[in-house]
This record gives sequence, C-alpha cells and structure tokens, in this order.
Amino acid sequence: MSGQMRGGTDAQTHGRTEAAAAEYAPVFVGEGRQRLDAILAKYPAKAGALLPALWMVQEKHGWISPTAMAEVAEVLGLTAAYVKGVVTFYTMYHQHPVGRHFVQVCTTTPCNVCGAEKVGEAFLKATGAKRYGETSPDGQWTIVEVECLGACGFATPVMINDEFIESVTPESVPALVARYR
Amino acid sequence: MGFPHPIHPKETPVLSRHFGEAEARSYDGWVKRGGYRALEKALGQTRDQVIEEVKASGLRGRGGAGFPAGVKWSFMPKQKTKAHYLCCNADESEPGTFKDREIMRWTPHALIEGCAIAAYAIQAEQVYIYVRGEFTEPIGVMQAALAEAYARGVLGANAMGKGVRIDITIHRGAGAYICGEETALMNSIEGKRGNPRIRPPFPAAVGVFGCPTTINNVETLSSVPHIIEKGGAWYKGLSLSNPKSTGTKLFSICGAIARPGNYEVTMGFPLKELLYDVAGGMRPGRKLKAVIPGGSSVPILTAGEAEQTLLDYEGCVAQGTMLGSGGMIVLDDTTDMVYQVMRLARFYAHESCAQCTQCREGTAWTVKILQRLLNGQGRKEDLDLLLDLAEQMTGRTICVLSDSCAAPVVSAIKKFRPEFEAYLTRPAARA
Amino acid sequence: MSDLVKLTIEGREVEVPPGTSVLEAAKLVGVLIPHYCYHPGLPVVGSCRMCLVDVEKSPKPVPSCATPVAPGMVVHVQSEQAKAARRAVLEFLLINHPLDCPICDQAGECELQDFTSQEGRASGRYADYPKRFNPVETFGPDVLYVPNRCILCTRCVRFMEDVAREPTLNVEERGDRAHIGVFDGRPLDHPWAGNVVDLCPVGSLLSKDFLHKARAWDLDKTPSVCPGCTQGCNVTLETRDNAVLRVKPRPNPSINRWFMCDHGRLNYAWLNRSDRIEAPLVRRDGRLVPVDWEQALARVAEVIRSARGSWVGLVSPGASCEALEAAGRLLKTHGGGGAFRVAEGPEAPLAGVPDLALRKERSPNVNGALSAGFTRDWAATVDAAGRSGLVLVLDEDLSGLAQPLAAGELIFVGTVLPEAARAAAVVLPCANMAEEEGTFENLRGVRQRYAQAKTPPGMARPAAWIFGAILEAAGHTAGAPA
Repeated sequence: MSGQMRGGTDAQTHGRTEAAAAEYAPVFVGEGRQRLDAILAKYPAKAGALLPALWMVQEKHGWISPTAMAEVAEVLGLTAAYVKGVVTFYTMYHQHPVGRHFVQVCTTTPCNVCGAEKVGEAFLKATGAKRYGETSPDGQWTIVEVECLGACGFATPVMINDEFIESVTPESVPALVARYR
Repeated sequence: MGFPHPIHPKETPVLSRHFGEAEARSYDGWVKRGGYRALEKALGQTRDQVIEEVKASGLRGRGGAGFPAGVKWSFMPKQKTKAHYLCCNADESEPGTFKDREIMRWTPHALIEGCAIAAYAIQAEQVYIYVRGEFTEPIGVMQAALAEAYARGVLGANAMGKGVRIDITIHRGAGAYICGEETALMNSIEGKRGNPRIRPPFPAAVGVFGCPTTINNVETLSSVPHIIEKGGAWYKGLSLSNPKSTGTKLFSICGAIARPGNYEVTMGFPLKELLYDVAGGMRPGRKLKAVIPGGSSVPILTAGEAEQTLLDYEGCVAQGTMLGSGGMIVLDDTTDMVYQVMRLARFYAHESCAQCTQCREGTAWTVKILQRLLNGQGRKEDLDLLLDLAEQMTGRTICVLSDSCAAPVVSAIKKFRPEFEAYLTRPAARA
Repeated sequence: MSDLVKLTIEGREVEVPPGTSVLEAAKLVGVLIPHYCYHPGLPVVGSCRMCLVDVEKSPKPVPSCATPVAPGMVVHVQSEQAKAARRAVLEFLLINHPLDCPICDQAGECELQDFTSQEGRASGRYADYPKRFNPVETFGPDVLYVPNRCILCTRCVRFMEDVAREPTLNVEERGDRAHIGVFDGRPLDHPWAGNVVDLCPVGSLLSKDFLHKARAWDLDKTPSVCPGCTQGCNVTLETRDNAVLRVKPRPNPSINRWFMCDHGRLNYAWLNRSDRIEAPLVRRDGRLVPVDWEQALARVAEVIRSARGSWVGLVSPGASCEALEAAGRLLKTHGGGGAFRVAEGPEAPLAGVPDLALRKERSPNVNGALSAGFTRDWAATVDAAGRSGLVLVLDEDLSGLAQPLAAGELIFVGTVLPEAARAAAVVLPCANMAEEEGTFENLRGVRQRYAQAKTPPGMARPAAWIFGAILEAAGHTAGAPA
C-alpha cells in the first residue's frame, strides 16, 4: 500500500468507466468466442478458463481494463470483483496500458551478482524512460525490474514483450533497443 | 550436459543428453532417439506394475521437496470414483533454477512421455502442465510437440491405440512464484488466486476441482520414461553416496561461476568437483565465498562447507542445508552478502500471497530492516531482531515461503556476521 | 459412545466427534483460543495463524482451527512456544495497523485490542517507518472500509462468497500490498451485506449508520427478536440513554445462525420515535384529555358496557403474542373477531443458509396473530367495523381507511396517535417491542421471547397488560396479568 492513493470519487470513477466501456471492443465474440469454447472444453469448471481468458484479453488489448474484467466475468459466470482479485494477484497482467515495448529485467540474486542492475540502468538510459515502471516520453518503452525469470545461467535474461532474450549485457543493450525501434 | 557447454566427461547425461539438438524437439527426431518406447511398454503393463517400478527406482521429487514419486502416486485412490488428474509443475521460479525450461525447450517429448506414463499409472485422463507465464519459448515448443503427439496418435482418446485416454493441456501462469507450491498451483488451475491450501485434505484426496490429483515436477516426470525402459534397478544403481538418493540430477549452476549451465550428475556427486572441475570454477582472480546449493530457499553454505558437501538429499542435510531444486547459486569474494540477502528478502516479500500474517508482514519488515542496515541506519538490536523474526516465520505458516525468506537471513547472519556488523558501524553504502 | 475422540487440552480431558477441530474441542472445556480468520459459519482457511497451539509430538505449532482432533492428542495452549508464536502474530499485525483506537468505532469490542492486552507485547519493535496511509473507502450503502486497519483475515470475502453466494468482495494484490476491494460501480449492496461489519474482528469494516455514534462500553445489551419480518432472527438491541443505537444478530443455529439482514439491522429508528402517546386519553366534550389509568380503564368499562352491536378488532401483526391473545379473548367475550394486514416487500434469502431469508411479510408476529384467532380478511373486517358497535384497535396505524371507522365507539391502544384515532372514545398508550417483554411466533411456528431493552415513554404500558386490565375492568378476571 505504501502511501498510494486509490479510488477517486464515485462520480470520477464512474465517468471514466462509462467512457471506457463505450470504446471497448469485446474479445469473446466470433473467433475469440470459439477459442474460448475450445479452452473451456479442457476444464470441468468454467473458472478454470479464467487465466487463459485473461491472456486472450491482454493479447488483444495490451492490458486488462475494468471493462475487460467485466466482460470476462460475464462470459465465465463469475463476478467482476472476483476477476479483479485474480488479475491483481498475477503480476504479468497489466492493469493499465504500457509502452509499446514492455521490458522485464531480472535482478534477483543470481543475475544480480552478474550485473543485472547495470543492464536495467542501461535500458533506462537507452530508451529515455526515467525510472522503472514509468513509460518513456515517446510512449514506446516501459522498463520494469522483475523477479527471477528462470534463466539464471544465461544472465542477464530480459523479456521484451513475449520475446525472451538471454545473456544481455549493458554493452548489448543499445543494439537490442535499436533492433526494436 | 552443461548446456550451453559441451557434455563434461564427469556428467551422467540421461535427461540432458539431447539438449541443444534442434531435431530432438520433433516427434520423429525424438523417436529416432529412442523416444516413446517407454510409453508403449508402460501401456502394456498394469498400472500397479508401473507404480512399483517407479517406487523401486527411488526417484524423488525434483522440484525441491524430494518426496518419493512412486509413493506419491500410490496415494491416489485405487478405486476411481471421480476423475483423477495429473498436474506437471513447470512453474520453475525458484531463484537459481533453470533446468525445467531446458527440458521443455529441447526435449518436449520427453516430458510428454513422462506425463503420459504417470497419467496412466494414476488413472488420470487429463494432465495439466502448469508453465510459468514468462516461459514463452518453452510454451511454444511444448505446444508444437503436443500438436504432433496428438497428430501421431500418442495422445488423445485412444493413446497409442491402447484404449486409454490421455489428454495434456498447457495452463499458462501469469507471474507468481507461489504457484510453484503444489496446492497454490491447483488453485491457479482452478482460476483462483494462487493461495496455498491448508492440509488436510491432501491432493490425492481432494486436489483440482475437488478430485484426486498428483502433482510432479518436470524433471521428475521426464525421468520416468528412462526408469520404465531401463528398469527401476538401473536407476537405483545410479547412486554415489546414500542409497536413499538415486538417479541423476540436473544442477543449474549460476552466479559467479566460469561456465554457468545445467550439469547432470549422479546423486551423491561431490559439490567441490562439480564446481571447480565440471563447471569451470571461479571467474579469473576470484575466490569462492558462498554457495546456495538448492535454490535461494535453502540455507547458505560457506565455501568451506560447500567444498565438503556431497550432492544428494542426505548429504546436503548433513551440511545443514537442503538439495532443494538443485539451483546452485555461486557467490564469490565480490559479493556483498548483506545486499544479496536483502535482495532475496525482497523477492520473497514480492511473492508472498498475503494469507499468513507472519509471511505477509514479516517478509516486508525483514526487507526494511536490511535496507536500513545498508543505509547506515542499523541499530545493534537489528541482528537479533532479524533472527527473532526469522524464527517466528519458520514452521508457523500454511506453506514454506515464509521459511524460505528466513533461511538465507539466518544462515547469512550466522556465517557472515562480521559483514552485517560492519554495516552497523560504517555509514551509508547502498540500498 | 465409542467413536468419540478423546484428547487432552490444557490438562482438561474432552471427548468430541471425529473431525472436530482442536479449537472447537477446546471451547467445550472452557479454553478459548484466540483467532481471527476462523468463524464457525465460514469455510476454514487457517491463514491468520492467531490460533497456533502446541501439540505434543508435533515439531512445530499447529493452527487449532484447521487441525482435526486425534485420539490421545495432548494440546498445550499456554506453553512458552505457543505463546511466543501468538505474540509474534500480534506483533506482525501491529506493525502496519495504525494506533487508531481513540477514533476507531471498534474500540471496546475489538479482538485485536483484546488479544494484544491478553497475550501481546507491551510495545512493538517496529518503530522506524511511517505506517501505510490509504483513504477510507465506501463499499456500499452502509459499509465503509478502512484499509489501514484491515488484518486480511478474509472473513468478509468468505462470507460474501460462501454464505451470501455473491462474491462482491475480493482480496486484491499480493503480499503486504494486499487489501479488500469491490469492483468499481458494483457496490456491496447485498441485502445481507451488513454481516461483514459484525464479522470484521477489527475496525476495518464499519457501519455508516453506527459511525462515531457511541462507544461500545456505553451500550447496554438486551436479547431480543428482530421485528422486521416473520423470520424471527434473534438479535441484541443495544441501547444507551434509553434509545436503541444498534441492532446486532444473536446466534441461533436453527433460525438465523449468526446473521441478520440489513432491513432488520438498519430499521430500528422507529423504536426511538418521540411522537408517542404518553398518557391515557378519554374523550370529553369533543376533545381527548389526558387522565390516569384508573380513570381511563373505568371509562373503557363504561364504553364496553354500553356498546350496542358487534365488536371488531383491527390489530397489528407486530404486537406480542400475549397482547394479541388478550385482545382476542376480549373480543370473544362478545362473539367478536378481528383481522390484520401486513406490509410486504421482496423476499431476500441468504443463499448459503437453508431456510433463512428476509421474508415477504414485514412483521414479526403474523403467526401470533393467526394463533390468537385473527384473520387476514382485512378488507371485509374493516367493512364490518364500519357497521359495528365497538372497534378495538391494537397498534394499527389505520392509514388509508375510510372514516368513521366505527358506527359505534372506538377504543385505540397504540404507540402513536393517527388522525383516524382522534374520534376514539379512549386512547391507551402502549409500549413498543423494545419497551416490553413478550413473545413472537415466527413463520415456522417457533415462539421466541424478547426482553425489555428500554423504558416506555410517559405512562405507556405493555399492550398485554392493557388488555388484561380491560378484561378485569370489564369483569373477566380469569387469566388477566397483574
């Protein structure tokens, strides 16, 4: 909680929500619905498809908005509050839009002793993002520090969107960033 | 093999023999390498025969707990009154561990075969492979391999034409280390927050969707085809020290080491040899300071202790630590122990699910004390406070994440106390 | 009984059915183990760790709410290790929990205060960092959430999920960032939501209705029965300075378990109305003038003696069984009968509990009225009243009825004087259900007693007494209460 303010007045939140709802393109229609049905067939209870459904939302929209949570809740017969509880538990689901390139840099101990923090700093420098979690001024890059990515022997591993890149060094960062630009 | 390095002569490459061979990923490539013979054999045996063979092998859970796999399978009800499930734990998030990803991205069919044999043995028709969300490459490779396995009739309603149904589905996680805990994993498959469950009831009685379930690690399941093919006695014979620790283990060596990678050796192999000989030893000019042999959740060993350790379950316990996942983190003389313990505590505080009071509050408090120490604002009571908190965080919670945060704190203060005390007297460094 | 499990807790032997938790077994021998997340009406999670106890032969302390008894188990609740474990839990809870007691409604009935003074440290060792600050949130029409005070016991979440069967609350985020939340735009407005305020062990979930109204230790508590509908939930009326300030459920395993609905919980203001009839009134020279009880009853006896024609009763199904029976007996002395009408509203079941709902009929004693011989034929009875010689009213507000009510005389017994009763010959003030002792019969025919929680205003008396006195004054003494 660390001092962050949440909420806003009911009027403010509700107004934003209504505007967002008006622009939202549903995920679970047409082909999306078919994909969901195929997934549902693999689980004896609908809620088993919740994590896969949330991935489908993020795949399409880049993040999971409250409107999206409501859509998922509707198709799976869950409450929106329940879905929100799940979304906020799992850190890979974005609860707000991120830069076009979302960079995850592992800085847990095995990578930390191999210079991971310098790799993170190199990304901030190369992209112009001022700090971790804050999108760069050109809106293209969001860099975050993450916990162990499970590639400790290939320090420092970095994910750029869905791509997993091994053995990144501060020196190799500018070329990597350039490749994505 | 010490992939990406070539196989070292002292290794016993069973699971890792084909790491790095792109062809091994395909069905045909795998069959060429002897794949799916074990599944064929198992489906021709009774389920009890399969379970007995695995019991005889002495195979123990390779995810960290070391529980005998065959015994775990035998907990499943003999009379099937509800659906049975097998869950494969591919959540691999223990810092220092990176072996399961290699098994999945180089030998996906090995895992598929192991899952299929296990599913048959425990009367499960549905297998869920729970893969952590970040493993995009292994997921892609596994999906392709599954598609092939289905297309070639290995899986499906009539697996290998033997009249049993075996279905395997990949369930992608979304960023939660705690989902590697078997009951949290089950909750996550059910579409819930990844909260560990209280036991009883145990998974073999009430698991996913209220049905009997077995959960096994990737490495454990991938070992099964070898056991079925060459026999439990063969596997049991692979043991250098204690007969209760058998077979081979993939050690993910990382950190301050010359040749980081996954090295496969027989149980009981000396840690000293693995480190200095097989993995190339320290980086030029550096000295070994500490080793965390089984992933960050086990007690830290000093260089001296590490060099005495035999790498099996009992050998590690004898040195006051645990084999765990075999994720070996090597630390050298440039490592700031206080900083790294803080970084590990930060990991656990980030991953705590928030159920148990001691874990939710204690992990974060531990981080704050250590950060204060690193900032030159430590008080002399702080070390005793950290030890006291660690004691109350051990053995008092639903799962062992809390204990896992305490382990590095306690072992580091015990064995590297002067470094902590130095922070009490010198002004701010870093945090 | 050979299949009971025998174990020892704090040196006391106890025998319980297999499957009983150590915590529940301990209650039976008077050992109360501190706990937060556990509640007998909710699924067990064992997450707060407050109930840790030592079990011989077990290497580490166990959560007693989640540990089933085993034969020969020896449990120590007050061992040094168990006490240290619980003391640690309290210390951990207090590192982020603000010292809000002076401004927190829960003070005096707070389980964090209670266990800390019982078993906690004298002072915490977390002295350096600012505690978290988050603003108070509105969860629903009556429920406030103070995130800083929340101890994450998840009782509220489990209540909504498992008992109300509408998961409108959930835990959000992870670790020490976790808090309870509702989904924006979908507030906590379930008809039984107020129970989460009762369930919250600390002052995190609060009732807006009760906010800063009174200190818990200033309240007198009286066992009662909810007058909101025919379910008959057992409640406690909490009063201070002769006013009902709060209504809370009282456990009853067969009727309402531990719960009550928001309609009953929040509709008590009428019990405190100040526009009450405070003295008996008799009509003299076209006006109602106050008199004492003796004069009033004498006048009633006169009216009764001289009444010509039928007698009709119009009664409230919110009156006590005793009052309704006495009124019924009085009417029968002249071959008369009566009827009642009931306000209705939508039924709202508590899905996770069998046979528990806010009932359609919004009055507590419909069955009591029926048992006393009154009927639901309201329209016909009102019609007959218009041609009757004597109409007796028991606390009916007479709204919407054509005037005059009676062809003959009207005797009005009630709490508030409606316009239509100004034509009465005699008006007798009665107590409301909080001001008397009596019984109600719920929809399943269960008669339950409620006790007196406050004194009636002025000279008002219980309606049962009034009708008994009338029977006596009219010469029918048998069975009249003193």
